[in-house]
Amino acid sequence: MKKIIVFFTILVMVLAMFSGCSTQKAESNVITIGVFEPSSGDNGAGGKQEVLGIEYAHSKVNTVEIDGKTYTIKLEIVDNESSTDKAPTAAQTLVSAKSSVVLGSYGSGVSIAASDVFKNANIPVIGVSCTNPQVTEGNTHYFRVCYLDPFQGTVLANFAVDQYGAKTAYILTKMGDDYSVGLGKYFKQAFEELGGTVIEETFQEGNSDFTAFLANAVKSEAGVIFAPTSTEAASLIIGQASSQGITIPLLAGDTWDSSVILDAASGSNLSVAVSTFFDEGDNSTSGAEFVSGFKAWLNSDNTKLANNGGNDIVAAVSALGYDAYMVAIEAIKAAGSADSVKINESLWNINYLGVTGNIAFDQTGDAIRDVAYIKSVNTSEKAWQFEAIQSIK
Amino acid sequence: MDFFKENLPYIMAGISVGGQYALIAIGYTMVYGILRLINFAHGEIFMASGFMMVYLSAVLPWYIAIPTVIVSTVLLGFIVERVAYKPLRTAPRMSIMISAIGISYLIQNVAWYVTSGLAKQYPVIPWISNTVTIGNSTTKMVTLATPFLTLFLVSVLVVLIKYTKIGMAMRAVSRDFETSQLMGIKINSVISATFIIGSFLAAVGSVLYFSNYTTVTPISGAMPGLKAFVAAVFGGIGSIPGAVLGAFIIGISENIIKGLGWTAFSDAFTFALLIIILVAKPTGLFGEKSTDKV
Amino acid sequence: MMDKNKKILISISLVVGLFALLFILEQVMPSSSMLFVVLKKGAIFALVAVSMNLLNGFTGLFSLGQAGFMLIGAYTYAILTIPMADRAAVYQYFDGGIIGFTLSVPIALILAGIIAAIFAFLIGFPVLRLKSDYLAIATLGFAEIIRAFFQWDVLGPITNSSNLLRKFPTFSTVLYPFAVAGICIFVIVLLINSSYGRVFKAIRDDEIAAEAMGINLAKQKQLAFITSSFFAGVGGGLLAMYQSSIQASAFKASMTYEILLIVVIGGVGSITGSVLSSFLFIASSEWWLRFLDAETYIGSFHVPLMRSGFRKVVFSIIIMIVVLFYRKGIMGTKEFSIEGIGRFFRRLFAKKKEAQ
Repeated sequence: MKKIIVFFTILVMVLAMFSGCSTQKAESNVITIGVFEPSSGDNGAGGKQEVLGIEYAHSKVNTVEIDGKTYTIKLEIVDNESSTDKAPTAAQTLVSAKSSVVLGSYGSGVSIAASDVFKNANIPVIGVSCTNPQVTEGNTHYFRVCYLDPFQGTVLANFAVDQYGAKTAYILTKMGDDYSVGLGKYFKQAFEELGGTVIEETFQEGNSDFTAFLANAVKSEAGVIFAPTSTEAASLIIGQASSQGITIPLLAGDTWDSSVILDAASGSNLSVAVSTFFDEGDNSTSGAEFVSGFKAWLNSDNTKLANNGGNDIVAAVSALGYDAYMVAIEAIKAAGSADSVKINESLWNINYLGVTGNIAFDQTGDAIRDVAYIKSVNTSEKAWQFEAIQSIK
Repeated sequence: MDFFKENLPYIMAGISVGGQYALIAIGYTMVYGILRLINFAHGEIFMASGFMMVYLSAVLPWYIAIPTVIVSTVLLGFIVERVAYKPLRTAPRMSIMISAIGISYLIQNVAWYVTSGLAKQYPVIPWISNTVTIGNSTTKMVTLATPFLTLFLVSVLVVLIKYTKIGMAMRAVSRDFETSQLMGIKINSVISATFIIGSFLAAVGSVLYFSNYTTVTPISGAMPGLKAFVAAVFGGIGSIPGAVLGAFIIGISENIIKGLGWTAFSDAFTFALLIIILVAKPTGLFGEKSTDKV
Repeated sequence: MMDKNKKILISISLVVGLFALLFILEQVMPSSSMLFVVLKKGAIFALVAVSMNLLNGFTGLFSLGQAGFMLIGAYTYAILTIPMADRAAVYQYFDGGIIGFTLSVPIALILAGIIAAIFAFLIGFPVLRLKSDYLAIATLGFAEIIRAFFQWDVLGPITNSSNLLRKFPTFSTVLYPFAVAGICIFVIVLLINSSYGRVFKAIRDDEIAAEAMGINLAKQKQLAFITSSFFAGVGGGLLAMYQSSIQASAFKASMTYEILLIVVIGGVGSITGSVLSSFLFIASSEWWLRFLDAETYIGSFHVPLMRSGFRKVVFSIIIMIVVLFYRKGIMGTKEFSIEGIGRFFRRLFAKKKEAQ
């Protein structure tokens, strides 16, 4: 009897395998926008904030008129778990959900890993905050709205020299993380060109003991510690730096623009500065409108507030997520179709004034950007403090 | 002396983390001594204890939260034993080990689900989270307190095992499982006691460890767990002083390796040590020349 | 009893039928369907699971090094097949790397197996003397050392350090992994049914007795270990092709655990069990249970508990139930065979007749 049950369960499961595919029906007046973001793992906190920006944008604009017919926009959100080996399968679920265009991701590694899946399905992707050059280079389907690491690295190196007068930089990157390794490399190049010397070290995934690294930094008499890492590692680094009484300023890229950093650094004597895409104190009309609207939207729902880290501080990635969604809508309008190939073509000619600045793509599909905002942590008030708008000299 | 002075931060970090590994390693070594089972879930219990503290300290003051965390960790260890290992007492060794892997997979996934896979900030506990300055290096109080607390707990444990009734029963069971059963020792309560002691020490270890490395994630238990296991093997599995010594050696050497700039190999070193000891002296530093470990 | 020729004929026609079915499916169904993801990944994990079963189930060596050997295979395949034109982009931090040639896919896949086997040969010497959980923990340790080794900066010009390897040739049709995995599993089945296979089983059942019968334990264990690693390496190469980009950090102990669970669910010591459970495992984890991750409303009722990560909890509970209550897995040590099905139905009908 037991055997028969086992046999039939298997039979049913195998049948389910084949029947599962027939259930997807294409709804004629719905356009699906895929959201390919991490909501768990290393970059989960940042990914969630990026999704919030996209969802806020979706709450503002959720229909598109094409040829007099109104299409509803549906968001299909998938979690890529911040992991390059889970990313292709997550991407595949977006493809099988018939996404017309995909937004994402936070983190360059997952974007690179999933790139080919979208390419083979002819779906264009708009990268939100994946800053590594390799994401868009050499393919025509990947775009991005943020600036690139060579730019960011140079900006930060300039800042380290101008602001801190650093001669030696200690660079700490995470092994196998394209974002971390790439940004570290570009910072090194720029810093050495400015006449500085660097000491580089890497840590492994899952490492939680940074005391030895920080001791190395002190030993090397570095003028600045540059640590482009995920927020998860960042809070450990900051916590241990504070308990070791480190006085060397900490500097990092866009990932550190997160309330996680504020939490970790508040009450300490550390000096922490980051470069980012957008500043909450932006007083351009579109920026200010976004900030107030987004805050009201966040405060209306506790889950959203929790996803933003339990406060209503506007992260730059949320602003970028908002812009990426709006760019996608513009592209759908320009293409006059839900067809992914047509959207891909129309993306090349987009010129859209977003909350993070004007967005137009160059030949590789990167948004043309020339400024970065530098912010620092006010440790006593647990808030961001605007430092400078920095561009390349 | 110069070497010592220059490397003081690494050595201090090493001794501290070594003490925390030691507290975890005792759980491994005791369970192995009695059940001949690598309790893969032990690292996960350690991690779960960290999360309990994160969530409980949000609603309770720390002096109530810590005992509550320790009690619930002990309870978790007890439940894991009853659910995953007890039904398989007579099954082949491989089945129990697979069950151990399965239950650690489950605890990890539950933690992932509860936290949405995000890192949580460990609460600040007064006094042990304070910073102190020694010589020219600054560190947390917990770094200094750990080795003393570890040694104290281990001495208590050794006394317990040597002189109490349950301790003697444990020794008897680890010497000969079946005979002691025939002699009227209640094997299940001895095994439960072992898990309770192991989980208690893991909970204390987790308070110390996470006060130092203040972020808890669903995978934070995996690496410390494996390293503590290696420490247990290194010291001679079944031997408590051996596990403690092994843990200190591993903690210090991995920090010195990082200090030398060989960071990529700090984890690999632990495993290399494991393989060398297994091949050269399978009984470890203090292991008994016991019967063939088939 | 069926005669041998008839059996072979039926087997061949079944295989041809399977491939024809897959081919038709690919023509009929949209290529974006999750079905193909499951079929591709399932076939690859079937191969790896069978290779692990060869060690754990048939030879009784409890090894947990599978992820390490898959890593070696995946890296060998990837490093050798990245087209010259793309090397500069992939090895962006290492000036294009130092490998100055590109091999064809089949050769690279075979080499993936061979390099993994060579590593196994070297590791086998010290490790195979150990027994049961000591062997398990030592092989697990070696897998971690291999991972650290491949991430080492100094080897960057070859392995791209810890960064992604990509742009190597991949497969688009589901027939490819089925064909490669099918051939490999067929070879393993031949091996198990040969005199070697009987020696392996003798070692599993009683080492001391086997030695007394004149079996050279060290040599035979080494042989099983190398063979298993060879196929794990090929499986790793296929996995690289499936994922289209690989990174050493993915080949963690948890990957080995997943493969081990596949073997256990299928039945330790059953090839067809491993194959079957591999497809079930992948389908449940990647596809069927995915709905558990989405917040769901039935009408206006918000279904509790369901949010990101719930799938994994349910999945691991199912696994624990199998491990605790169905210790023999789907197939036990039995095999799924044509005769078996025949017998099964005959018995089924016989019972029904009796009932009447």
